[in-house]
Amino acid sequence: MKYIYDLHKTMLNQNLILVYEGEFTQEITKSVLAMAERNMDSFGEEAAVKRKVFNIMVECLQNVSKHAFSYETDTYGKNSAIFMIGKHQDEYVITSGNAILNEEVDGLFAKLQSINQLDKEGLKELYKSIIKRPGGLTEKGGAGLGLIDMARKSGNKLGFSFEPINEKITFFSLSTKVSRSTKE
Amino acid sequence: MLEAIYLDGTEDTPKIVLDKANNAFEISGRSLPEDAAEFYEPILNWLEKYEGQENPKTNFMFKLEYFNTASSKLILDILSKLETIEGASVTWFYHEDDEDMEEAGEEFSELVDIPFDFKTY
Repeated sequence: MKYIYDLHKTMLNQNLILVYEGEFTQEITKSVLAMAERNMDSFGEEAAVKRKVFNIMVECLQNVSKHAFSYETDTYGKNSAIFMIGKHQDEYVITSGNAILNEEVDGLFAKLQSINQLDKEGLKELYKSIIKRPGGLTEKGGAGLGLIDMARKSGNKLGFSFEPINEKITFFSLSTKVSRSTKE
Repeated sequence: MLEAIYLDGTEDTPKIVLDKANNAFEISGRSLPEDAAEFYEPILNWLEKYEGQENPKTNFMFKLEYFNTASSKLILDILSKLETIEGASVTWFYHEDDEDMEEAGEEFSELVDIPFDFKTY
């Protein structure tokens, strides 16, 4: 049973205020959002910071529920993934981790790199050029804007890593920071 | 007569008012549905029918607290539809300390050719 205490200590050491591991659906997204909101309300977080965290959480959770690849369905359930929020002295860190297909890695890596190379104006222009593209939403119901929006709301570079799982899938981690001081 | 649409807001979908008789047009609250295209389809269809029998003035009120990126694409579709409606204008409300929502409204106003009025609440 020691792992419980270890997990508890890890969460405290990493300042994690919320960790969710399992299947991602819209219902779970709503519950996780409500918990995080209540948590931030409980210590009177500034409205502007709360809105940014909420915003990034939605994009992050919906990205996972749309794109996470289900592996070993018997063991892990549908699109099993992890989501967590860390609350530090001067920032929140919103992190997700999920499996994607190996053939998706290069495209996603290139997209994240190009986003991280852009400044505020560049991100705005990219956002506008994608939103006005004709053709509606993707088959998964996305606008292709989630990562760009997360980078814009964050005002920081997106953190990411790819860990190979096997010859078919890779574990993708994404982390986004929100500064707790609203004065830029 | 075009039948009015009134939808109450939920934790992930906005309140919708589309009422020709009372000249009231509103989207407010939170918009983060899982399937944004499905949620907004009846609204776009309604506007489709409204075009051609529009009131002399159509002021569409957007008072969103939050919307996800999938919704933003559909909001642009609504605005593009309004572009084709004679006498249409938009009032974009944002919370006074919500710069992101103010900026979102400004960006939409740059993407379509409709008069935008900005108001804080």
